Amino acid sequence: MSTVSPEKSFLDEVKKRSGQPIELCYQCQKCASGCIATEFADYYPNEVIRMVQLGQKERVLNCSSIWLCSACETCGARCPNNINVRAVMDALKEMAIEKGIIKEKRVKQFHNVFLGTVYSHGRIHEVSMMAKYKLKSLDLFSDMGIGFKMFTKGKLPLTPKNIKDKSKLKNIFDKSDPSMLNVKLEDINYGEQKTGV
Amino acid sequence: MKFSYYPGCSLEATAKEYDLSARAACQALDVELQELDDWVCCGATSAHSINKTLSVSLPAKNIAIAQQVGHDLVIPCSACYNMLKKADHHMRNDSDVRGKMEEIVDFKYTGDVNVLSLLEAMVNRLGIDNIAQKVVNPLKDLKVVCYYGCLLVRPPEITHFDRDENPESMDNLVKSLGATVIPWSYKTDCCGANLGLTSSDVVQGMVGRLLDAAKEAGADAIVTSCPLCHSNLEMRRKEHGTDLPVFYFTELMGLALGLKDCTNWFSTHLIDPRPLLRSVSLI
Ligand code: SF4
Ligand code: SF4
Repeated sequence: MSTVSPEKSFLDEVKKRSGQPIELCYQCQKCASGCIATEFADYYPNEVIRMVQLGQKERVLNCSSIWLCSACETCGARCPNNINVRAVMDALKEMAIEKGIIKEKRVKQFHNVFLGTVYSHGRIHEVSMMAKYKLKSLDLFSDMGIGFKMFTKGKLPLTPKNIKDKSKLKNIFDKSDPSMLNVKLEDINYGEQKTGV
Repeated sequence: MKFSYYPGCSLEATAKEYDLSARAACQALDVELQELDDWVCCGATSAHSINKTLSVSLPAKNIAIAQQVGHDLVIPCSACYNMLKKADHHMRNDSDVRGKMEEIVDFKYTGDVNVLSLLEAMVNRLGIDNIAQKVVNPLKDLKVVCYYGCLLVRPPEITHFDRDENPESMDNLVKSLGATVIPWSYKTDCCGANLGLTSSDVVQGMVGRLLDAAKEAGADAIVTSCPLCHSNLEMRRKEHGTDLPVFYFTELMGLALGLKDCTNWFSTHLIDPRPLLRSVSLI
């Protein structure tokens, strides 16, 4: 098996989901030179684009770059061909989730817990969200000192604030089918979080 | 002048000094902020990362609430602002998205409500001159750099606010308060955003670079408009002394306007700014 197995349909699908003119990239690397994630992620943003152009589906869906992109939008604002790489990263993340390929599990867990908290309360309650995230990711002890300091400064209220109109919000969640805006996703289960902390 | 106000989740907890100072400064400037009734979380990065539909429908719900009130909507948090501004942009310009959102949220989009960041409302609606006139405690001898972060000015075709590479609005506002604002080239570099919670070592690297650059520029403090930037800049540094504190621009407005509450805001910071403010006789 070669690592280069051009898959035209893959390029087309990423284009469709991200809405970006990926074929226009000529590897000027302007995106990479402003990308804060390059130091930590396995591929530069222009390399991610290149892999998509070449149809290297497995490789790109398995990379950490799509998870470590901070969505800062620097790449898109600077690209001479108006390619918003952040949107491409989001599309690839969605496709990776669909395939069950989660290279950076903690990032995914964080997003699930975050949206689960919104589903349950309508707003983010940092204490219960972080407690749940930490249990799920087993990253139990990092940030304890900072959390304690915040708590003593009155910045971390212990009880969640709930919105009044929860049924309408649940309705919005239920109707917000990820596939509606050109995205398909089976992996999110907001209901799992229903019971609160 | 009257606006609807969307504080967002961070301003109810880790960024409560941003909320308090924003409300107090606006009140002192005769700008009325009316909090949206029963607003919901914007969904933040998590929504656009794993459910694109939700990343528009949650903001759309808030825009629907704002439409009932009628005023333009002002948002202090850069991340919430970015989510609502994008959702508004998509509903305004794409009838397909608009139709779907009207169905999901059960409302009729009118486009009558403009979404503004609080900084934009201060600079473009109220005007820097009107703020400068009310300064009673000029921030003399305070040397700062303004840090806009990534989400306030990008994507430029959607935010239509300031220059996306070298924004000036916060610099001009803080200058009008009497502070010395030092130019630097990291105004819109990313702080690492919510990667701080999952990959703190990654963010520590990003934050270290920003702090070093601010020091090298000769600043004694950093001014920001974003709760995520603020908490990363405070939490994700190696040493938690009192060096290089981080202010919300509204806190500096409150200080310059002579509001007596401001020490209550400063006491909640993880990096205590009071030693610096005392050293330049501002408190
Ligand atoms: S800036 Fe645009 S054209 Fe240049 S390498 Fe990046 S994606 Fe390609
Ligand atoms: S949006 Fe993502 S890919 Fe683009 S510059 Fe920021 S971190 Fe890099």
